[in-house]
Amino acid sequence: MKKRFEFAKFAPLFALILLFVISSLTSPYFLNFRNITNILRQSSYTGIIGLGLTFVIIGGGIDLSVGSMVALAGGLAVMVLNAAGAGAMAIVWAVLAGLCAGALLGMVNGLIVTKGRIAPFIATLGTMSIFRSLTLYISNAGEFRSANDLYPELGSGYILGLPIPVWIFFLMAVGFHIILNNTRFGRYVCAVGANERVAEYSAIKIDLVKFLTYVLTGLSVAVSAILLSSRLNSLSSSNAGVFYELDAIAAVVIGGTSLSGGAGSVFGTVIGAVILGMINNMLNMVGVSPYLQGTVKGLVIIFAVLAQYKRKSN
Amino acid sequence: MNTPFFEAQGIAKEFSGVPALSGIDLSLSTGEILGVIGENGAGKSTLIKIISGIYQPSAGRLLLDGAPVFMKTPLFAKRLGVSVVPQEFNLIGSLSVFENVFLGGELRKGVLLDKKAMREKTAALLSELGSSVSPGELVDNLSVAQKQLVEIAKAMVHESRLLILDEPTTVLTKEETAVLFTRMRSLKARGVAMIYISHKLAEVREICDRVMVMRDGEKISEDPASDMDEREMARRMVGRELTQIFPEKTVPREAPALEAAGLTSPKGVEDMTFTLHEGEILGVAGLMGSGKTALAETLMGLRQKSAGEVRIKGKEARIRRPKDAVLLNMAYLSEDRQGKGLVLGFDIPQNITLISLKNYCRGLIDKGAERKKAAEYVEAFNIKAASLDIELRRLSGGNQQKVYLSKWMDVSPEILILNEPTRGIDVNAKTEIYRFINSLARSGIACMVISSELEEIIGLCSRALVLREGRIAGEVSGEALNEESIMYLAAGLGAGKGTAQ
Ligand SMILES: Nc1ncnc2c1ncn2[C@@H]1O[C@H](COP(=O)(O)OP(=O)(O)OP(=O)(O)O)[C@@H](O)[C@H]1O
Ligand SMILES: [Mg+2]
Repeated sequence: MKKRFEFAKFAPLFALILLFVISSLTSPYFLNFRNITNILRQSSYTGIIGLGLTFVIIGGGIDLSVGSMVALAGGLAVMVLNAAGAGAMAIVWAVLAGLCAGALLGMVNGLIVTKGRIAPFIATLGTMSIFRSLTLYISNAGEFRSANDLYPELGSGYILGLPIPVWIFFLMAVGFHIILNNTRFGRYVCAVGANERVAEYSAIKIDLVKFLTYVLTGLSVAVSAILLSSRLNSLSSSNAGVFYELDAIAAVVIGGTSLSGGAGSVFGTVIGAVILGMINNMLNMVGVSPYLQGTVKGLVIIFAVLAQYKRKSN
Repeated sequence: MNTPFFEAQGIAKEFSGVPALSGIDLSLSTGEILGVIGENGAGKSTLIKIISGIYQPSAGRLLLDGAPVFMKTPLFAKRLGVSVVPQEFNLIGSLSVFENVFLGGELRKGVLLDKKAMREKTAALLSELGSSVSPGELVDNLSVAQKQLVEIAKAMVHESRLLILDEPTTVLTKEETAVLFTRMRSLKARGVAMIYISHKLAEVREICDRVMVMRDGEKISEDPASDMDEREMARRMVGRELTQIFPEKTVPREAPALEAAGLTSPKGVEDMTFTLHEGEILGVAGLMGSGKTALAETLMGLRQKSAGEVRIKGKEARIRRPKDAVLLNMAYLSEDRQGKGLVLGFDIPQNITLISLKNYCRGLIDKGAERKKAAEYVEAFNIKAASLDIELRRLSGGNQQKVYLSKWMDVSPEILILNEPTRGIDVNAKTEIYRFINSLARSGIACMVISSELEEIIGLCSRALVLREGRIAGEVSGEALNEESIMYLAAGLGAGKGTAQ
């Protein structure tokens, strides 16, 4: 049993390695350092969101609003940035504003789910629409364009050869991994997701735990939104974050976290995000029509869930 | 007896290299009831899971009417006439009682479901089993004892040749068990063979023709039930002579730990007034639906009280959520270990420390300390597990119960409410648990023991409340703490010989 269990745990990692080998054989450019860092950068935007989402999903919930939240939180951050004038201090304000906005939007989701007793799927389907429409309204369906020259540094800069978003993604992953595995909150999230009744009888504040998972997701979304808007130096109200919920959920699921809650892995989500990024990259390189890329992605998700189901049943 | 129609030969089972069963032979003739007994983790449930197609044996074979059969799936086994009442419930909470009873074998009228017929049959069967539950009720709303009867009905609703009952009476009182036995006898008369697993040895002696004893996955003996008394059964299970089961009774202290006055909850508690003292073991007895669980859950803030007050150590207590109760050093072991007690996907340390986790945190969880503590409980309660990291779902029922008990022990409670604490626990481990409860009481902890087993209440407690229809029908202590007077009060036949409330 020990052996089989270990295998199941590392299955996403094996998939990643396999994909890596296939990709490097298919295209000579794949192994370019620049290409690798690009893949990692592309993966980090949805990956960071996936980190927070991992908690929501382990806790038995789901958050469909993350894509719209990217646009709203990011848009607000850029607005504060422009209002705060020039210089580095303005960026600090923008980051703080973005994080606050993300946390607040997460709280909205958390409150609707816990106090309103509305199924997370429906609740966040609603806020997905609300957040997007608010973004469009605020920007008059236009763009949030940053007027700060320093701002792009954040999203495009490099530290020790790696893009800043990748550093942030990895550091957050380590932090979230510790939160999940080594803190009370993390343990409670697993308990609530596994069996709410048991958690209630164990004197765990179920609503608070669930609420916090949504706030954590909101914060992750905010980080992603800030990095994204800084990379582009602007954010489109209609396009930013579209379909991010799909990619983020896919990253979580491919990483081995069960959609029925109760158990999961933060590093799995990191691997899931990178797998998705790598697939995109490879399809581009071999010249598969971009219209077909969604099909491939969809197949990978279905396959991952199938593998999970098979694993569970034996 | 006529020739056996069902046989198992040399059945063995390994779980990732660890043997759980080896070389088990058994045979059953029509109308025969075989009792299977053995300590927790002896392999009883594993054996019946193999017979009913849930697990495949690592070695050995099953024969039906002399021909080998391969029990591919539980459904396949069911089609061949093998029905099971599993040890852990397998009901769907969001479906109604009759939908569960007929799940997978729905009655039809043309293409449509014949709900009317299913309802009627379910109602008839349940009332025959002594349950008044309405067929349309959601299973989620049932008490544990009611669920048990639904599970039994589900196994009995279709004709079967072999009916397997894995600890069906752990939450049933004597009366309810007697009704079940009547039903079993009539099935027996119709030629249905049965395998009956229980830790209540008196029941095994009463209903079974033969008794098979298992120890560490092996068959130790098989004899006619009439040849063995309970003592002998216990001796063979454990492999040595068992000394006295119940420790000497404790003497409660003067100081009250918990006082309830006029306690009322819309869900099954009517005007209950009583006092639980420090160092006391107070029993709570009553038939199914008499309010035992309702009382405990109201005290713990799991059900809201509508009137009355609760005082803890003389101070009025406001308990609205379990958390409030835990902060007042109260602990509650529910009778539903899988539904309300344990996270089946967590390992042993994670389960034991779920409530007391704060004590293991210095910022982060100190997993070393967690494991160390868990290892202590495994040792103290003799929990049989391949390793500490094993998922709880892989432990035998009785061993899960021991982990659950450890979980509440770890919060060092001052008031301990135990609902069926020895549910599914073997005779040997029971003695350990009784000793343990007794020593807790001696150290001043106030214990309330809710049980459907009267021997437990009589042997362990110094005083007992008898509930009936949500009220305290009476209180018995001293000489009056005997089966007869408890039964009298529970059945509403007057005040018995006890000191009436
Ligand atoms: N799925 C599983 N994986 C690993 N080990 C298992 C599994 N199922 C059972 N076991 C082990 O097999 C042994 C026998 O378990 P089983 O459930 O048959 O005991 P039992 O006799 O029914 O005990 P109880 O009286 O406690 O119900 C136990 O040691 C248990 O840990
Ligand atoms: Mg068992």
